[in-house]
Amino acid sequence: MGTIYMDHAATTPMDPRVRAAMAPWLERWHGNPSSPYALARQARAAIDEARERVAALLSARPSEVYFTSGGTEGDNLAVKGVAWARQAHGRHLVVSAVEHQAVLETAKFLSRHGWELTIVPVDEYACVHPDAVAAALRPDTALVAVMYANNEVGTLQPIRDIAALTRARGVPLIVDAVQAAGFYPLDVDQLGCDVLIISAHKFNGPKGAGAVYVRRGTPIEPLLHGGGQERGLRAGTENVAGIVGLAEALALAVAEMDGVVPRLVRLRERLLSGILARIPDARPNGHPRHRLPNNVHVSFPGIDGESLLLNLDLAGLAASSGSACTSGSLSPSHVLVAMGLSRELARSSLRLTLGKDNTESDVDAAVELIAATVARLKEKPRVSLGPRR
Amino acid sequence: MPSANRGAVWPLPPDAPPKSEIRVVVAMSGGVDSSVAAALLKREGFDVIGITMQLWPDDLPLGHRSESGCCSLTAVEDARRVAHRLGIPYYVVNLQEPFQESVIDRFADDYLRGLTPNPCLLCNQTVKFGTLLEKALELGADYVATGHYARIGWDPERERYVVRRSADPRKDQTYTFYGQTQAQLRHTLTPCGDYTKDEIRRIAGELGLGVAAKPDSQEICFIPDNDYRRFLREYRPEAHRPGPILDVHGNRLGEHQGIAFYTVGQRKGLGLAAGQRLYVVAIDPARNAVIVGRAEEVREWGLAVRDVNWVSVPGIDGPTPVETQIRYNAQPAPAVIEPAGDGVVTRFHEPQWAISPGQAVVWYDGDYLVGGGIIQGPLRPGADQAAGYTNPVPDREPTTAGRS
Repeated sequence: MGTIYMDHAATTPMDPRVRAAMAPWLERWHGNPSSPYALARQARAAIDEARERVAALLSARPSEVYFTSGGTEGDNLAVKGVAWARQAHGRHLVVSAVEHQAVLETAKFLSRHGWELTIVPVDEYACVHPDAVAAALRPDTALVAVMYANNEVGTLQPIRDIAALTRARGVPLIVDAVQAAGFYPLDVDQLGCDVLIISAHKFNGPKGAGAVYVRRGTPIEPLLHGGGQERGLRAGTENVAGIVGLAEALALAVAEMDGVVPRLVRLRERLLSGILARIPDARPNGHPRHRLPNNVHVSFPGIDGESLLLNLDLAGLAASSGSACTSGSLSPSHVLVAMGLSRELARSSLRLTLGKDNTESDVDAAVELIAATVARLKEKPRVSLGPRR
Repeated sequence: MPSANRGAVWPLPPDAPPKSEIRVVVAMSGGVDSSVAAALLKREGFDVIGITMQLWPDDLPLGHRSESGCCSLTAVEDARRVAHRLGIPYYVVNLQEPFQESVIDRFADDYLRGLTPNPCLLCNQTVKFGTLLEKALELGADYVATGHYARIGWDPERERYVVRRSADPRKDQTYTFYGQTQAQLRHTLTPCGDYTKDEIRRIAGELGLGVAAKPDSQEICFIPDNDYRRFLREYRPEAHRPGPILDVHGNRLGEHQGIAFYTVGQRKGLGLAAGQRLYVVAIDPARNAVIVGRAEEVREWGLAVRDVNWVSVPGIDGPTPVETQIRYNAQPAPAVIEPAGDGVVTRFHEPQWAISPGQAVVWYDGDYLVGGGIIQGPLRPGADQAAGYTNPVPDREPTTAGRS
């Protein structure tokens, strides 16, 4: 049996059309976009065009779009960049408890260097309540960071409501939309965010390419200083092929959203109901309705999630127990802990994230495999150990 | 490969399926031994999976952080590269909690109780062939394999699993297997046991494994600077509990910083200005005292053993001659063992230096590991016997680690 891939929140396969769009910039046009000759002007024009396309897809101005190396750089740039730029105003940061590590760890880093950090709690669905954000705001708050959709349990956050609050207080709102991009039209004015982060490889684009939207007038400092590329906010020779690929991938995702998303929702429901039918004590995590169209997150009481995951891998199903960072080891997820799951239940969980290439038969095969593996693991083997002291 | 004729694995039980249907989890530390163990098993045709255990809790007072210790990131990267080269699935599993509970906490507890623990034995018995073995069975594996230098397998004549000395006497690690039950040995493979270290390094070189020249690790993996006293001071501040240093007659000679910082046989760091060389003879947790004496008072004719486990024999009925090893890397000494109540007494032919309660004592019959247990304390048959000692005084204090 071939591998069934259900870990699209970790990364997605590149769309062949994206690859085709990138090819000339990998093969023929090697010019440095900052150079003055014709070869370079081609590259410059490609970046400009990509910026216009991305801006249009976000309902932003091209001058508000900056290209980066991906989600982690985007989150770092947003949090550190705005915190530094606004430190004269105040050194207080507000971030939700379920942010990606790239936001959370960055904020914790700043909290070791003179900033104060308020972590906003979530409810049992991992949902951030606007009144909890309101309660955290202070006169010296430099920024608020709340993600669009949680990368682990898939819960969508009430960004518009939170934005109404931050806007009224004049505090920049940073929205990590890495998981949401490609599933929702990211209209930055409708959302009301001031900074928004996306990463190409989460929507069938290339790895190593991302973009940050920064609303005009939002104070922000660069992380990378140097040759002044990206209008001084992100020095370094541009990843031309990656930028072209990001724009193409985002354009394709938005164009095909209306067909893909409902289909993913149907597959998601088939997957979840299949699992619940076969494993009645399984416990779904995250919000039942306000959730990503491709995310199923389930805990299996009494089962070791790590063993489940490794067994599924050996049997040909690629899934995740949380987010795929760190050295490949599995520590209890900060998201599940913030939602109030016990450590035991947190450790017994499985994340399946679907993609547009998954089929109904993939879903049925996955249900079969998960049910069989969970049943086997419930008969946990025991080995009698040597004399204990 | 030079040693192709030798079986990389000891005989499997007669009812074993073909090797291609036997799944083996290799505990890969990133070092040369476990890397070659994986390679040998793969070559033998087993269905091999590599696993590196993530063992250290994130908040451990590690001192000088080791770049090469057995669960550092470098170790994971080395192991991952080897697994990729061998074409086997590879995982890192998080066993921090069981390691902390079963190894680190018990290591610290034992020192605080005046004992001298061996954390590598605890890890073997409860983590490698405990939690990891359970995980391996959950993955459909039949065996956990390690890079230990020991020969383990089914002995049809004895009708049980046995542990025999490895082909390399200088590297033999059978000592660390004394506590293994038959149920654990049933699931244990140690393919390096038929080879010498030099051969293992040569095989690693021939296979192009980048780890061929890696130095052996010697220290306790969670104490990379090898300073267990510093570790205890930071991990268990209550270990600092001063008390008296007494001579064997009960006279107070000085003050110690906490019994956890002393082991039997230790001479350095006592802070005594006595005219003669004094050694730690015993630790008395009830009086929170460290007892010191002359070199001959550190030698014992026998010891009492608790928590006995029999390995290559089902048990003993009466006095049985054995070779006895009282710590990792100690010279085996001839002795007679005999059942006594719940435990076993060991009587040496010649008195032995620094019997440390808490350490493992392991008995051999030729190559065979007979069994072993935890040293409860010395047997004191009468002071007059101690005159006949012949063992030289070692210059270094007994090591607490049995590396494995």
